[in-house]
Amino acid sequence: MEAGAGAFGDAAAPRGRRSSLLSRRRPPLVILLAGVAIGACVILPAAYLVIVVAGDLGPALDTALDSRTAGVVGRTLGLAAAVTATSIAIALPIAWLTVRTDLPGRRLWATLCTLPLVIPTYVGAYLFVAALGPNGLLRDALGVERLPSIYGFSGAWIVLTLFTYPLVLLPLRSALRRIDPQLEDAARAMGRGPFQTFRSVVMPQLWPALAAGGLLVALFVMSDFGAVSILRFDSFTQEIYISYKSSFDRTATAGLGIVLVVLMLALLWIGSRIRSARATHRLGPGPARPPRPYALGAWRWPALASCSALVLIALVLPVGVLVYWASQGISAGSTSLSLAAGLAANSLMTGIGAAIAGGLAALVIAVLVGRYPGPLTRTIERAGHAGYALPGIVVALALVFFATRAVPILYQTLAMLIFALSVHYLPLAIGPIGAALAQVSPRVEEAARGLGRGPTEVFRTVTAPLLRGGILAGAALVFVHAIKELPATLILAPIGFRTLATEIWNQTSYGFYEASAIPALILLLIAAPPLYLLSERGTVAS
Amino acid sequence: MTVVASAAPLRLSGLRKAYGEVPAVDGVELEVEAGSICALLGPSGCGKTTTLRLIAGLERPDAGEIEIGERTVNAPGRFVAPERRRIGMVFQDYALFPHLDVAGNVGYGLGRRPDRDRVAEVLALVGLEADARRPVHELSGGQQQRVALARALAPTPEVVLLDEPFSNLDAGLRDRLRQEIREILLNAGVTALFVTHDQAEALSIAETVAVMREGRVEQVGTPEEIYSRPASRWVASFLGEIEVVPGQAAEGRVECELGTFPAEQVEGPVDVLVRPESIAIGLNGPDGAAEAEVVNRRFFGHDQLVELRLRSGQVVRSRRLGFPAWHPGDHIRAWVDGPADVMPRDPVG
Repeated sequence: MEAGAGAFGDAAAPRGRRSSLLSRRRPPLVILLAGVAIGACVILPAAYLVIVVAGDLGPALDTALDSRTAGVVGRTLGLAAAVTATSIAIALPIAWLTVRTDLPGRRLWATLCTLPLVIPTYVGAYLFVAALGPNGLLRDALGVERLPSIYGFSGAWIVLTLFTYPLVLLPLRSALRRIDPQLEDAARAMGRGPFQTFRSVVMPQLWPALAAGGLLVALFVMSDFGAVSILRFDSFTQEIYISYKSSFDRTATAGLGIVLVVLMLALLWIGSRIRSARATHRLGPGPARPPRPYALGAWRWPALASCSALVLIALVLPVGVLVYWASQGISAGSTSLSLAAGLAANSLMTGIGAAIAGGLAALVIAVLVGRYPGPLTRTIERAGHAGYALPGIVVALALVFFATRAVPILYQTLAMLIFALSVHYLPLAIGPIGAALAQVSPRVEEAARGLGRGPTEVFRTVTAPLLRGGILAGAALVFVHAIKELPATLILAPIGFRTLATEIWNQTSYGFYEASAIPALILLLIAAPPLYLLSERGTVAS
Repeated sequence: MTVVASAAPLRLSGLRKAYGEVPAVDGVELEVEAGSICALLGPSGCGKTTTLRLIAGLERPDAGEIEIGERTVNAPGRFVAPERRRIGMVFQDYALFPHLDVAGNVGYGLGRRPDRDRVAEVLALVGLEADARRPVHELSGGQQQRVALARALAPTPEVVLLDEPFSNLDAGLRDRLRQEIREILLNAGVTALFVTHDQAEALSIAETVAVMREGRVEQVGTPEEIYSRPASRWVASFLGEIEVVPGQAAEGRVECELGTFPAEQVEGPVDVLVRPESIAIGLNGPDGAAEAEVVNRRFFGHDQLVELRLRSGQVVRSRRLGFPAWHPGDHIRAWVDGPADVMPRDPVG
């Protein structure tokens, strides 16, 4: 009988209930149809591979169950594990130093440490060989006969780590920025030391970001084609490419492709299990106070030294070697700048096309999932993420099969290439757009409706402006990756259509290091600004 | 300065909304007079917020009608989109547009080229005329709440809906803002319906209170009626502390341990519902006052809560001013001094 205000004063309860109310809404038909179409397009390559293999199961099974295949699987997984471990070992301290300490010039270090991401691994591998290989700069400089071999596992491990660790660094930095510093204050107040606090309070909150970043690195390594070829490491993509080039029996190649996709799906599944098991949520209201930077004191010297060493090895040396080869090429007259300009135009066209198509498709999927959650939209979202599990080389092969058999008119067209690239990199754009949408409370859109604006108007005047940063970031990610993409471009580009990436590859494979240096430099100049925007976004926006 | 809204009455009838098997709003009937302030009061989960969202057009009802003035915005086969309802809504978390400044938020509902004078007028109404160009995230909670109200009032809506408008504010600010917002709403002359789970809030702001429970409106009345003549034990206990003393009714009179008083239309065993502030105590009482012993006392400064054991063993509470102080063990007299409600004995308990 004493039911007073307190017993019912549960203001938090209706919120959760209301979000479940939203789940019962139906999306507008146009958006839903667009989403289904996009999902179908993304699934198309994988589905077609399955159809090809199912139509002629014998050779595909033989190849897939070959003992040789087992060896390739082991080697590829081993490399992925090694690169993931070292990437985390590098990214974790750098993320902490550049977000939470008073490291001098931490914004600059953050940018510099993220920049190696724009160096395509095949460029990195070629520079590694050109600098340290049997005929490299180091041997000439030292004047010795032979250097220890840099080919094989160790070479691939080092090179892939140097150019993929930013994939862990980026999510870690943004996760660190999001952590409520009051939690650390609370832990300290309860008698935990700084290290204990980091381990018991900060690390658990970083797990989702670590899992996401580590997963990206592992998937990246497994689908990498250029670096492993140049460093002569016999990984899965290599096996597929050789099979594709050397035999007319494409079902065997398709079988290999499916095995690789299954491996990557398994990895994705493990990653999602880790993330959901470790998911953290921010409790409590209001915006977090900006954290008070941790004073490094004398430790800033070793910290600066480590950052400098990393930037030197992963950024300055590669770019330096590139500039050296480029100047050699120009002075020797073997490089045509007008040719390079044409290549750049082709790359820009492809990249921008993929960014627009991928960005729009990602926007549709993000809106469907963020505003109309339900079984159908969840399925569409999963399909949208299929690109994660499909290496570029597999997407390209599947589309070649599809085009040659079903729609020959599309075979070796620019449209096909842009389609492949946007499908492949679509998941990269869904992330930032979805995150931006999650920041926009549906209540804000409802308020706009109540103020007399129709749904389209509300999207134009409220939702879209609030999503602008996320859409730009998503499109930029697609762009950066599309212009770097090698195997899909090699396989799908129209005959005679050369991009910066294919030119670098071709010239390198002939050993013309000077000729590939200018396109590689241009590629870096185009890719760096969007990447800079992405790494700075978190600190500048809001 | 014309900030007067074209207030219209609001009428809900037979309003129903279920989510799957669970009815959230289960036949709500309610009328709000033009230009008055009505509180929809109930515990969380009683369907009051869903009712508000149905009125705003943010959810579609399964059945029932909603009328705003002469316009039927909801009826079988008829659903007016939220943007055409001429309703202002103030959300619990304000839902201000983060990419617009104060004036941008307030002018949003005025079309693509908002009338600046109107924006200034409404900002003046809420006392924020100096802050027109500030980004909304710089504002305090109270200021954000007033921007949200100004934004809702700017397009001269006929009805303003407020969803737990004060729940995100701290206690001191909440008290002051309640009165401010009440003044603003009355000055604007708009019909206002606000949802709250806080009894004091409902009783202090509203002219009419509708108490909701499990998807239905259990009682509608003035704050005084609701408080002193609750329609059910549930309403009585939801609105504040209540003591239930068993009694016997016969020939227009009720006898119980705390005294005898008139009661019509009941006969036989009854419950007498008395709020602690209506139970008076003293060393000597009027005729018929009960003998009691003080068993506990809690002192709150301006008042005190005294627990008494009656001769029957029942313990009741009496809320008195802070002085004189009573002490456990004091032998005193207790009687009813104020409204008491009589209901037939609840067969369950």
